[in-house]
Amino acid sequence: MTIIIHKIAHFMDQIFDHTFGRLKNFILHIGEITMFAVSSLRLLFSQPYRYSEVIKHMEFIGNQSVGIISLTSIFTGLALSFQIYLGFKLVNAVNLVGPTVALGITRELGPVLTGLIVAARAGGAMAARLGSMRVNEQIDALDVMGVNTKQYLIAPRIVSAVLCMPLLTGLFDFMAMFGSWFLCIKIVGLDSAIFFEKIRQTVDVHHINEGLFKAAIFGLIFAVICTYQGFYTSGGAKGVGEATNKGVVISMVSIIVSDYFLTNLLRMYYLMVGITK
Amino acid sequence: MRKDISSDYAIELIGVKKSFDEGKDFILKGIDLKIPKGSLTAIIGFSGTGKSVMLKHILGLYKPTEGIVKILGKDLSELSPDELTTFRCHYGVLFQSAALFDDMTVLENVCFPLEEHRRHLKKDQVLQIAQDKLRMVGLDPKHYYKLPSQISGGMQKRTGLARALALDPEILIYDEPTTGLDPILTEMVDDLILETHKMHKGTTSVMVSHDLGAAFRIADFIVMLDAGKVLLSGTAQDFFNTDIELVKRFVTKGMKHQ
Repeated sequence: MTIIIHKIAHFMDQIFDHTFGRLKNFILHIGEITMFAVSSLRLLFSQPYRYSEVIKHMEFIGNQSVGIISLTSIFTGLALSFQIYLGFKLVNAVNLVGPTVALGITRELGPVLTGLIVAARAGGAMAARLGSMRVNEQIDALDVMGVNTKQYLIAPRIVSAVLCMPLLTGLFDFMAMFGSWFLCIKIVGLDSAIFFEKIRQTVDVHHINEGLFKAAIFGLIFAVICTYQGFYTSGGAKGVGEATNKGVVISMVSIIVSDYFLTNLLRMYYLMVGITK
Repeated sequence: MRKDISSDYAIELIGVKKSFDEGKDFILKGIDLKIPKGSLTAIIGFSGTGKSVMLKHILGLYKPTEGIVKILGKDLSELSPDELTTFRCHYGVLFQSAALFDDMTVLENVCFPLEEHRRHLKKDQVLQIAQDKLRMVGLDPKHYYKLPSQISGGMQKRTGLARALALDPEILIYDEPTTGLDPILTEMVDDLILETHKMHKGTTSVMVSHDLGAAFRIADFIVMLDAGKVLLSGTAQDFFNTDIELVKRFVTKGMKHQ
């Protein structure tokens, strides 16, 4: 009997250690990533300033994402509008397709899909680039040259992502609504004036701002995660692949999870300041 | 069996120990080493004896678990991270892989440290210095505007050395500069190191190498590490005359391969 009790106690210990060990590691990891971001961003305000690096990365994250964002957003607008049109037709509410799509795009789909697309494209490239610099000793070379690697490599990438994401989300919103307009007016033949009037009545500027704010946070999330994974790459080419994979996957999951919490936080904020829409 | 080889040292390691697992296992087990200013010193040893770890301590990339690392008389542990970053301007490092920035041309690679640390210089002055350094290491000007991926391994080493020399460092470090190169290229790099050392009087050069022939041919002093400790330090003659069995075996086998 005593042996059985000991075995059960040992088994419970193992489960406890396993569960809380993982939780502890997870919290430690979050702490490390946060410290990494803070220590990098702190250097933004010390000399030498890296404006040209910020511009260079904005060109890569922002400018070079315009094509893919435009294309995906138009088709998102088309597909979403068509699905909502089919549903609303059943209850004779097709005039509400425009505002429903507009609210969904500006508040949720715009920032989230832009975040996912840019995390996969630019975030993956960041992790791969930094990872290959690490394994090819280029980061060590910068270190021994007396260059602050976090200031030179990390901070400009994070700032660029935070600045570019709202701009790209704005573009996504606009192009998706263009897709929605095209489907509603040109394909299914709804009334253009009603389409715009209903949107004007329903969508407020703070709905758009909410999406843009979320987008900036998503930019911060994927840039910090991907640069962290890339910066601490080890293990040659295999390590670069793993860092890129981890960076993209963790970023995407984090964007979707944080979206829920951000939405709730913003709801609470709106209640506090008296915005009821 | 150690020997202090001068009274004026560029690099001093005093009782340096390093453990990566909170003291369970030590990679460096108490290194005592003094490298005189202006010398060319080769650090040799079997794989896994702690040469690269020791080098990273000299560069201030690792902090010792115990002991002191003094560079040009400064204890690195007393420097703040920002001071350490600035202090590293005293070093020039040629990495095993040359570690050139692959998105910059050859000339931009050499200009980079100057643009970072000699901000008072005008663009044309930076270009002039970079071109002088590239000429010094014997790189043909027709390669200046090529990317590192478009030039040969030997040219990459020359570019890496020009970049290491850009700030006229007081300490030049060569991290296994000839590993993986063919014999002709190896000899070319060895000669380049020797020429550079002769041209930069007063510069302390440290070469970590497996290449015993080169160590005996070009180094003023040789330090052999074994199991995280200095096994022997001295001149090439000291290595040939030693009674330490492991050193004798290393030298005999190493010279056979040359």
